[in-house]
Amino acid sequence: MADPMKIRANLVGDSTEVKVLMSHEMETGQRKDSDGKTIPAWFIQRVKVTHNDKVVLAAQWGPAVSKNPFVSFKFKGGAKGDKVTITWVDNHDDTRTDEATIA
Amino acid sequence: MRTITRRAVAAAVLAGTLAVTVGGAFAESTADEIAKYREALQDGNPAELWEARGEEMWKAPRGPSHVSFARCDLGLGPGVVKGAYAQLPRYFPDASRVMDLETRLVWCMVNQQGYSEADATKTKFGNGSAHRSDLEALAAYVTAQSRGVKMNVALDEPHVRDMYRLGEKMFYYRGGTHDFACATCHGDDGKRIRLQDLPNLTKVEGAQKAYTTWPAYRVSQGELRTFQWRLNDCFRQQRFPELAFGSDASIALTAYLAGRANGAAYDGPAIKR
Repeated sequence: MADPMKIRANLVGDSTEVKVLMSHEMETGQRKDSDGKTIPAWFIQRVKVTHNDKVVLAAQWGPAVSKNPFVSFKFKGGAKGDKVTITWVDNHDDTRTDEATIA
Repeated sequence: MRTITRRAVAAAVLAGTLAVTVGGAFAESTADEIAKYREALQDGNPAELWEARGEEMWKAPRGPSHVSFARCDLGLGPGVVKGAYAQLPRYFPDASRVMDLETRLVWCMVNQQGYSEADATKTKFGNGSAHRSDLEALAAYVTAQSRGVKMNVALDEPHVRDMYRLGEKMFYYRGGTHDFACATCHGDDGKRIRLQDLPNLTKVEGAQKAYTTWPAYRVSQGELRTFQWRLNDCFRQQRFPELAFGSDASIALTAYLAGRANGAAYDGPAIKR
């Protein structure tokens, strides 16, 4: 089971600023270990962010995204106390969902 | 003949000036760009992921004895973490030893939680999600609770003062296959390894800036690294014998550098290239 994400969601003016840290290896599949064997690719493929059941961000990621990725974005229409839900799915079909309250 | 030589000298001097100017501008802009890079990353420092894991570990019952760190005294009383790192290393009468944070964490794991010394130090430095280091996570959590607290290592305490003096001696001691001392790289302004500027630790500002930004998340490794790791890797780069984890030598150097940082606000865990 993957580690929880670290999520901050703050209302700035009329938009909500969301900052997310995810804990993930993000292996490209291009690296080799000390025995010369290829380390298999292992990375987040899909990210979905919803606010009140409405999708505000959907992304397809590839192996070029760094280890322990950081995502920052803004969307309009959030209010203090609303919930923001973030889900990622990686190429092993492992998934993690976390929630934060807009402050 | 004479004029030719003069012209040649003049040309050489001119070329020299140009090279120096270009080199200087290049170095400056590179340092600026690295500073910008660090600033851009500051907002989303993955060290927070280690802090969160460390906090969970600090509060949960652990080990064969099934006790949490609530009884672990980092110098400010059992279980107190706020500001504790800013006063380490310090002398602990219960262990009759000057200890830094990592050594003290191991001591608590062995003496309170019932781990064997070997188990407690099995993964000193983490490597990916399959080999995570509990010590690095715990260190991230504890050090984060000292953010903004002024460094205050008790240099008037005799044991700590001895360690500080020993650390100072080691800092200037030249040895190994390259006849290197710590001071060889960290004793002048403007020294660098590849593109990384090295702090001048013989100056108070340099020591303060360096010491208060460890532990740090190393982007190039994707890992959070503690001060024990920093010293260990410096020894490797110096071609010194491996620095034993938690050894008196490592604590002496830590005491010296932490003591030199006294008065500066602690600012870690930071993020570094």
